[in-house]
Amino acid sequence: MSFDRVREKLSILADAAKYDVSCASSGGKRSNSKKGLGNNTAMGICHSYTEDGRCVSLLKILLTNHCIFDCAYCVTRKSNDIKRAAFKIQEVVDLTINFYRRNYIEGLFLSSGIFKNSDYTMERLIAVAKKLRLEENFNGYIHLKSIPGTSDELMREAGLYADRLSVNIEIPTVSGLKLLAPDKKHQDFIQPMEKVKNEIIQYNAERKIIKNTPRYAPAGQSTQMIIGATGESDRDIMYSATYYYKKFNMRRVYYSGYIPISTDNRLPSLQTEVPILRENRLYQTDWLLRFYGFSVRELLNDEHKNLDLDIDPKLSWALRNPNIFPIDINKAEKNLLARVPGIGMQSVYKIIQARKFRSLNWEHLKAIGISLNRAKYFITCNSKENFHQDISPLQLKSIIMQASKSKHRKYFNNQLSLFP
Amino acid sequence: MNPQTILQYDGSFDGFLSSVFLVYEQKINAPIIQKQYEQNNQLFTISEIVYTDEAKAKRVWRGLQKKISKSQQKVIFKAFLSEIKGVENTLLSYIKKIFKEPNSNYLDYGDKDILKISQVAKMVEREKHRMEAFVRFKQTKDNTYIATVEPDFNVLPLLIHHFKDRYADQKWLIYDIKRAYGIYYNLHKVEIITLNSISKLNPNIEKDTFSERELDFQQLWKSYFNSVNIKSRKNSKLHIQHLPKRYWKYLIEKNEF
Repeated sequence: MSFDRVREKLSILADAAKYDVSCASSGGKRSNSKKGLGNNTAMGICHSYTEDGRCVSLLKILLTNHCIFDCAYCVTRKSNDIKRAAFKIQEVVDLTINFYRRNYIEGLFLSSGIFKNSDYTMERLIAVAKKLRLEENFNGYIHLKSIPGTSDELMREAGLYADRLSVNIEIPTVSGLKLLAPDKKHQDFIQPMEKVKNEIIQYNAERKIIKNTPRYAPAGQSTQMIIGATGESDRDIMYSATYYYKKFNMRRVYYSGYIPISTDNRLPSLQTEVPILRENRLYQTDWLLRFYGFSVRELLNDEHKNLDLDIDPKLSWALRNPNIFPIDINKAEKNLLARVPGIGMQSVYKIIQARKFRSLNWEHLKAIGISLNRAKYFITCNSKENFHQDISPLQLKSIIMQASKSKHRKYFNNQLSLFP
Repeated sequence: MNPQTILQYDGSFDGFLSSVFLVYEQKINAPIIQKQYEQNNQLFTISEIVYTDEAKAKRVWRGLQKKISKSQQKVIFKAFLSEIKGVENTLLSYIKKIFKEPNSNYLDYGDKDILKISQVAKMVEREKHRMEAFVRFKQTKDNTYIATVEPDFNVLPLLIHHFKDRYADQKWLIYDIKRAYGIYYNLHKVEIITLNSISKLNPNIEKDTFSERELDFQQLWKSYFNSVNIKSRKNSKLHIQHLPKRYWKYLIEKNEF
């Protein structure tokens, strides 16, 4: 391959793919077979980090940035005047293998602009994955984008070679989609998701009977939503996310703060800051839903449509539900412990282990590593010292905020000063 | 006042386990276990050199295997590899607790030795994971993939499984410059080797040993890394938190040619 040309293509097509925030290389179970190259395991590896602090774990590129669609929020929309390029299938295979052998990456994340039509594009993506698996005996991670509108037969084939498949719904509401991506239909996104979900269920059922049934997309499927492009509320976003988790057994939903890339008047202006803090709060909420046993209605509802930016969603929930606290660390059940602000799941397990031996006091809790500056107001333990007081949630919030050094605090104070 | 016994061992894991054996065999009260090259200038002590005895080491290890789970066994080994001064003594008290406790399935995180060992093991685990991430192989003319590292802890023994499984079809070498040994996979098995050509004073591999396309791929990786950055999201604090500066020396993408 010609080095200079490939290098130019790589710059263009990596640049175009970077707005997709998914970087996971985890959740797969492909072991190295027949002394081939690579494996992927439950725990992913971030081989590097960009200067914006995001994990670099996969070679994330577009096959091409030629596109027949004109979605307002997308850099590769056809009306945008940018350099276009397209990789040959063999070039992507060579890059993947050579990067992988040098331990730069966990595998490939291949997406594409849509050229000719959906099926034609999807076929090319599958061809890359197939070549890697069958000709190179490559067992590293492969994440393919499902192109909206792809036929069921192709989606079926894609899952045989890919570890993960994803369709980005991008815009959390149907009305927003109509506004910004008039060429795309909601149904086009749903159909490949539905197909992947059903195939996974079917393959898993067959595996129970016939052990050597091939795995179908073992790392499941994921999707991404752009945050802050269409004025949707956090409630809208998290309710859609919950819908996708439940309806399609999503492994992950990603939230990507809108990065202004267009002067289109349907979108926030170019000067708009990326809503990084809001994105962070959404991820925290996502975690509370998936690992901490919260239901979405507890965190977001008609009275509480948006997450607080200045405090994390668990603390915010606790302040709205003072009647539940204080919780006795030495007696409370696991699911209640998980609801205390400042106690993570790791600490929950450690508390449960440690209290079998003795009744825990503040010293023990500190050693275990819980964040006492928040937690102490919500718990009691084996000590005379008691921090739980009968004060209003508002007062408590200000006490906690003054005592803590949130990494966002400066950012938030700056924001406040804009609206004195 | 009885003088305190100092057991000096050769620094190997078997040597450490042999010391533990000795403590039980000779009923030594409150000993200090340290590596032979560690200085000792305390008064009122008796120094004793421990000879590494594989059979004795095995007996101690089998005893532990009967009492604790695989992952707890790994915790002991990992904490040992930390090479933190004095870790041997915390480990000894940890091991004593395991042997004393009839049911050691549960870990008492309220106990300071147990908490300490689990924290140290976690630090070592983190360093192992970082090495799995930050090792950058360079391809040589004879088609071996070579990387040099200087990990905070002695984690090479923990890396063997991961790299052997992943790169089963290529020859590779990961060399710890600080500790002057490496693990080399020759397509069949992994061997421990030492080299004269790489040392602390001379940590770089000669450029003319690289394969023809090696520098091309390093260039391609660098341009990839630069293209995926989103400038409007710049967050240097987070970047450094994930990628501490002491690891930059490994990373092609963080260095100029």
